Amino acid sequence: MSLLSVHNLTKTFSGANGARVQAVSDVSFSVQAGEVLGVVGESGCGKTTLGHAILRLTDPDYGKVMYGGLDLVSATKSELKRSRRDLQIIFQDPFGSLNPRHKIGTVVGEPLLVHGIGSRSERRDRVASLLNLVGLPEDSSNRFPHEFSGGQRQRIAIARALALEPKLIIADESVSALDVSIQSQILNLIAELRMKLGMSIIFISHDLSVIRHISDRIAVMYLGRIVEIGPAIQVMSKPQHPYTQALLSSVPEISLSRNKARATISGEPPDPSNPPSGCPFSNRCPQATSLCRMTRPKLLPVSGDAKGVETACHLYAN
Amino acid sequence: MPEQTLLSVQNLSIEAGNTTIIEGVDLDIKPGEMVGLVGESGSGKSVTALALMRLLAEPPMKIVSGRILFGESEILTLSERALRTLRGNEIAMIFQEPMTSLNPVFTVGQQIREMIHLHSSLSGPQANEKAWELLARVGIPSPKDALLRYPHQLSGGQRQRVMIAIALACKPKLLIADEPTTALDVTVQAQILELIDGLRRETGMAVLLITHDLGVVAQHCDRVAVMYLGSIVEHAPIADLIGNPKHRYTEALMRTIPSNNEPGTRLPAIGGTVPQPAQRPPGCAFHPRCEAAIDRCVAEVPLLDGQDHRTACWNPVP
Repeated sequence: MSLLSVHNLTKTFSGANGARVQAVSDVSFSVQAGEVLGVVGESGCGKTTLGHAILRLTDPDYGKVMYGGLDLVSATKSELKRSRRDLQIIFQDPFGSLNPRHKIGTVVGEPLLVHGIGSRSERRDRVASLLNLVGLPEDSSNRFPHEFSGGQRQRIAIARALALEPKLIIADESVSALDVSIQSQILNLIAELRMKLGMSIIFISHDLSVIRHISDRIAVMYLGRIVEIGPAIQVMSKPQHPYTQALLSSVPEISLSRNKARATISGEPPDPSNPPSGCPFSNRCPQATSLCRMTRPKLLPVSGDAKGVETACHLYAN
Repeated sequence: MPEQTLLSVQNLSIEAGNTTIIEGVDLDIKPGEMVGLVGESGSGKSVTALALMRLLAEPPMKIVSGRILFGESEILTLSERALRTLRGNEIAMIFQEPMTSLNPVFTVGQQIREMIHLHSSLSGPQANEKAWELLARVGIPSPKDALLRYPHQLSGGQRQRVMIAIALACKPKLLIADEPTTALDVTVQAQILELIDGLRRETGMAVLLITHDLGVVAQHCDRVAVMYLGSIVEHAPIADLIGNPKHRYTEALMRTIPSNNEPGTRLPAIGGTVPQPAQRPPGCAFHPRCEAAIDRCVAEVPLLDGQDHRTACWNPVP
């Protein structure tokens, strides 16, 4: 049984001059208990909107998000509040996501207050143990966000997300604003907490090396759609979709062999308000046929040795 | 006569207020060479680059010692008039965010022609012809139409191509590229880096590439200098640095990067954070975070030592 499953989730935004952008189009997947699902894609592919739509931080147009027998998309406010105890989010910007006027004790303890958990002193103890858990000094409670570095603030945001002992955390570019040396500290912390607490994580990032490191399964998004999803090892070592292949070959590797990072595709992602007909990647794909330009491929299991991988590409249809 | 040097920075130190932010930087660039300047945020790489063009905000910043030789000219003693000729004609610069470098109310054509008019005596139609050629050269599709466009009508990658076209207009001998691809998606980053690399091979201009990404440097640069807290700590041909990093900071930085580790394993993190320049530790600035620090590292500032592969470390990697 999966912990959370997403079915045909779709979210459209209205832009200037009547333009309509389908940020998330017909996305379906599920997350198992204790699993880290990496969602990777370039800017504008809809990965952040997907995270927000799952938690209903933005209301999806249609689709279902099933959690514990409840469809979050059609849930009432009070049902939603209850399920949000189990579903938490950590944002990219540790400067913008902490209220500068609140002391850290208040920031981390607020979820407990909102959900009416514990007495005042119990909450204080819980905050102290949370700060300890994420590796912050105990006196942090009485200090303000500006007194902390970017890495420390991300630890605070993680402590806040953990306050209600969630079953699932959505981490949206949670290490992207950090320098490499701090990034690895936070990645280690997230991995450690996951082992200790056993929660599931949807880890959203544009950074393939981070995604590869932390994920059990990986979903690759392009222009609002999942184009490939499967076990991390499979997706990273034998990418199926031409976009996944291009993405992997574009990453500049720290190795002595040159020409590892190659611009294998030209152009840039198209205007999302005017996506190509057929496969969204067809206008940049070196292997596109007329079929790709006309008919949108469905996300289907790949046959052969790519076990457990699904991809939306006509090349693999039989 | 030894191999000729295009740019030679000698013992450059810069203060902001009364705090030293750049200390004793030495850097040579030969014609046609691509040199990487790598460091985490706050390491002083951008300040160093701005100083080369005399674009520092003075005050509060102040160059307190050193020489910057460009060919025959001593940049630190040039008049404002001579500097204007040097900038653009001899040394050009591109930045991380092309949108803030381009003027939003002028067309692409107007902005390229402005550069051409300032630095040459071409007539209007000739300048237009040249602008068109430059755009074609940097890989802008339908360059004639692009001349009439405004920056907001271009994608991020195209804007950076336009910036490169403007930088190339006067055939500079040195291009300073400050995080030119950091704001771009990875597939577009690969295209822009290949463009810059191709242009320098074609035209023989030298490139100083400033980046936080060791992978980018590994794939494109001939030599690399690593900065930490305002000083160069290691400087080597790229193969030597990647194959055998000597400074403990460089080595730790490479070890902590997720792609250099097995997925799912604990990353060898660097403890602590980069201190503020005002709280610069005595001795080697990296020693409080260094696992291999010895007594001497606390007491004495290490200086760059060595021939081709230079490092400022009292206890280097064997």
